[in-house]
Amino acid sequence: MMVDKINSLTIRTPEGIEFSLMLAGPVTRFLAWSVDLLVILTTNKLLNVLLGVLGIISRDFAMAAGVLMYFIVSIGYGIVTEWYWHGQTLGKRLLRLRVTDVCGLKLRFSQIVIRNLLRFVDSLPVFYMVGGLACLINRRAQRLGDFVANTIVVWSPRVEEPDLDQLLEGKYNSFRKYPHLEARIRQHVSPAEAQVALQALVRRDEFEPRARVQLFQSIVTYFKTFISFPQEATESISDEQYIRNLVDALYRPKTAGKSS
Amino acid sequence: MIIDLQKFISAERPYWSELEAVLDKLAKRPELRLSLSRLERFHYLYQRTSGDLARIKTFSAEPNTRVYLEALVARAFGEIHGSPEKPHRLAPMHWFFSTFPQTFRKHVRAFWICLTAMLVGGAFGGFVIVVDPAAKEVLLPFSHLHGDPSERVAKEEAADDDRLAGAKTSFSSYLMTHNTKVSIFTLALGMTWGVGTLIMLFYNGVILGAVVLDYVLAGETPFLLGWLLPHGAIEIPAIILAGQSGLVLAGALIGWGKSISLKARLRKISDDLVTLIMGVAVMLFWAGIVEAFFSQYHEPVIPYEAKIGFGALELILLVLFLTRSGRKGKGERAESRKLMAQGSRLKAGKLKAEGRKFKAESSRLKV
Repeated sequence: MMVDKINSLTIRTPEGIEFSLMLAGPVTRFLAWSVDLLVILTTNKLLNVLLGVLGIISRDFAMAAGVLMYFIVSIGYGIVTEWYWHGQTLGKRLLRLRVTDVCGLKLRFSQIVIRNLLRFVDSLPVFYMVGGLACLINRRAQRLGDFVANTIVVWSPRVEEPDLDQLLEGKYNSFRKYPHLEARIRQHVSPAEAQVALQALVRRDEFEPRARVQLFQSIVTYFKTFISFPQEATESISDEQYIRNLVDALYRPKTAGKSS
Repeated sequence: MIIDLQKFISAERPYWSELEAVLDKLAKRPELRLSLSRLERFHYLYQRTSGDLARIKTFSAEPNTRVYLEALVARAFGEIHGSPEKPHRLAPMHWFFSTFPQTFRKHVRAFWICLTAMLVGGAFGGFVIVVDPAAKEVLLPFSHLHGDPSERVAKEEAADDDRLAGAKTSFSSYLMTHNTKVSIFTLALGMTWGVGTLIMLFYNGVILGAVVLDYVLAGETPFLLGWLLPHGAIEIPAIILAGQSGLVLAGALIGWGKSISLKARLRKISDDLVTLIMGVAVMLFWAGIVEAFFSQYHEPVIPYEAKIGFGALELILLVLFLTRSGRKGKGERAESRKLMAQGSRLKAGKLKAEGRKFKAESSRLKV
């Protein structure tokens, strides 16, 4: 297991399969906590209103219930929600965060309790300063509670399919004449490399004209080091069109390919 | 290599869905035990999906399927390789009468260290009061303890009205929550390699020692015992137990003489920490009720003998509970010793055999 520079935790299973977990940073976590704090305060406010009615019968009992409820809600909220939603509170759900075991194992109840109890130290002196600093220093972005409980907070970004129709519409692709080479592209290009080509196309209008030409030139030079199409397929096209063809070959659904 | 992605996905999707259904079921019912055949099927599905993930990773254009499979494999991995937490339903009585005292005894050394820290603090507090009585205004955080003990006793005993009338329940709940917060804080201070925990216990000892000496020197021992013992017999040990859990945490962080990694050490103690702190919360719940409803009433309302007798009884029961409750019977202990001895013999025998094999192998290689 290793922690790389992009703040993600890569777990390698005994079967030799790797999967990555994106670690959540202190700012996102602080926002999630703010939402949770709001939920706790609102719940307590509502309980106080209800207990106000109880106060008509016994003021002492209503006050005692108020003190106990505030304590139970503020400590139990994190424990109960994280246990029930498998590592998520309401704030974490909104920000797509989740608490998981540091080794990718199943989250145990004791881990949830410990990380929530150690908030007492993490929240010192104000606004989670100790926890925030620990989060910045720790290579897995763990606050002290996470460190003791062997947990991490991961972020699951929403993966959206790129709008390929808008990108590739109405353009002739000279690579399509060579299906065996297209198949080889799909085999050799890594997901990260494919993303570079796709993102360059998606964001092409954001670049200065000179930078745009240079960027596509360097991407094409890179891809040409391990893919070579016949000269007639590449000679009359610009570098940008080369990348467009490449992205079309990589992302085009099989059925669409057949129909065209 | 995947030639036709659509065909691959449509062929494999049923297996992914089946695995997802098993995982959902296990998540909903943690106590569920799968039969051997279903377990084998679960393992097969996990391995097949892992294989699919490895294959789809080479296919650049399927980020959604890849992310979905990664999430599925991650969940199944956690389920299959997860640390063996015994599936159980809630059993609060068994937990309180067996697990809690057993956990206390398992880490009793940490308890003795905490008790010593508190006693040293108490001796220091007492010493300061003897040497410099004026220092109690600095040492004691509560203003009602700054005056002359005899004056306070006279005032308390002469009081006709019930000071806590109509506020006993809220005072009790305040005490419970405040003391539980202090206990959790004492546990959490274990993060400072136990230094913070010990300072906390020492400081509490200083206050306690100063109060005790102040009242004893003023000749108000019966009042002191009658006032402190009913709730203190549970509350003070509870704070020491919180300190014990802090030192257990500190011990795992430091890891002297332990050959396992920090992560493994922390994983090993996590259940014990939760058990100890939850036990402390239960103790403080009781102490809070006693302090609000019983401790604050003195003679002539309640005779001191009754209060001291009640406190002493609580203390004896607590000691018996922590040292005896949840202990195995003689037969069970003998059986467990026998099994342990058998285990060590087997281990030693296996090691010897392995050593012989290794020696033979190395001499064969030398030849």
